[in-house]
Amino acid sequence: MRMRERTFRVLMRRLVSCSLIAILALVSGSILRAEAAGREINVAAAADLSAALQEVVADFERRTGISVKLSFGASGALTQQIQNGAPFDVFFSADMDYPRQLIAGGQAEGATLYRYAVGRLVLWVPSDSPLDVEHKGMDVLLDHSVKKISIANPQHAPYGRAAVATLKHYGLYEKLSDRLVLGENISQAAQFVESGNAQAGFVALAHASAPTMQGKGKYWIVPAEAYPALDQGVVALSRSPRKQDAEAFINYVKTAEVAAVLRRYGFIVPEQN
Amino acid sequence: MINWQAFRLTIELAVVVSAILLMIGLPLAYWVAFSRWRWKFLVEAVVALPIVLPPTVLGFYLLVVLGSRSPLGRWWLSLTGHTLAFTFAGLVIGSILYSLPFAVQPFTASFSSVDRRLIVASATLGASPLRTFFRVVVPLSMPGMITGIALAFAHTMGEFGVVLMIGGNIPGVTRTVSIDIYDQVQASNYGAANATALLLLVFCFAVLTVVYGLNRGTSKHKLWPLGPVR
Repeated sequence: MRMRERTFRVLMRRLVSCSLIAILALVSGSILRAEAAGREINVAAAADLSAALQEVVADFERRTGISVKLSFGASGALTQQIQNGAPFDVFFSADMDYPRQLIAGGQAEGATLYRYAVGRLVLWVPSDSPLDVEHKGMDVLLDHSVKKISIANPQHAPYGRAAVATLKHYGLYEKLSDRLVLGENISQAAQFVESGNAQAGFVALAHASAPTMQGKGKYWIVPAEAYPALDQGVVALSRSPRKQDAEAFINYVKTAEVAAVLRRYGFIVPEQN
Repeated sequence: MINWQAFRLTIELAVVVSAILLMIGLPLAYWVAFSRWRWKFLVEAVVALPIVLPPTVLGFYLLVVLGSRSPLGRWWLSLTGHTLAFTFAGLVIGSILYSLPFAVQPFTASFSSVDRRLIVASATLGASPLRTFFRVVVPLSMPGMITGIALAFAHTMGEFGVVLMIGGNIPGVTRTVSIDIYDQVQASNYGAANATALLLLVFCFAVLTVVYGLNRGTSKHKLWPLGPVR
């Protein structure tokens, strides 16, 4: 017994010294990395951009050497974080109201506001679902097998508001409101359906047409008249210590290359702004 | 301003979860405290997992397992016609898993601190193990049991990550207080967030005050955090 205790103590001592060395290495490593880091901007972006913007950023980084760090979330949630001092340089919203709110509050530069795309809403079901959403559209929501319909939280996600407006437009909101489940943002709304926990959901066309979603679902594009247009705006933030790089990125977003990428993901990009 | 519906729902959830945890936690803790199985430490490690795992891990696997893609999800769907995610029952399952160590560990600690001679004496006097458990072990373990129940209750009250991932934020069904506060903050309604958050703060403080007040001086051993058993 004594013997075992002694080996245990030796083992513990070794473990402690090993972890101390590991911690030292990690800390010094991160300090060195921070010093070596070149130009870099932090971008907050609406969740519907999660696939498209990564492609845009990869091109931008290759051309300019400025690295871009992306954080995705619901536009309202990101706005709230920016208002409370989150260290972002650029903000891509899924509407125009949140950027305007930030401009009015002095947290964003009004001159940089740019409508980069118009988002589109789709009704999405998994590909193995018996619901014929492509031909029947909204009617599939009345099917008795649809117990849960996922949408983004309309309180802080523009796509959630568009989904509620769509349901109201077709006179289905009253009937279906107790079947709605709210995703924290449009990505979570999509993930609720994709994982088979909700039977249908309102997601961004940009999600439905992302490469990772190919073959996983079928969808019906909600006609534009059913909800107020999802004009999406980007803006540079006032707190940014890297305004030049931030504006360089926004200017890049205005190019035809980026417009082509965004169109490929289902966004409508206005010809001239 | 305070979302009373969310508050009532959360208390309901916490009561149901602590009651179930009492039922499954007692036998489990008894086994952990008294078993001599050599692989017991594996079970102890599994019970402690939710303390170290981020709620996202639990939430993610629950979403996968409860969804219609998994055999379990399909079975439940064929039985009841709906999946467990986004339901009160789904939250109960998630919360039981998430709060399990907060009930079982104090139970185990107090069971194993009971003087073995008393248990042996009870047995030699002819009492069955069950009778010994309820007449000797349980009365001597009261502080630990109260601590376990209170912690499970309070921990469920304050649960956030798992509910965010499997709840679906349905008013009156899965929108708990913590989710409601989060929504209010995200929507910049700081007034409403503050009112609800303050209420929750006071409530949880009161629960813990009662627990630690009841435990004052009654225990020689530490009930929480759990020291090594035995």
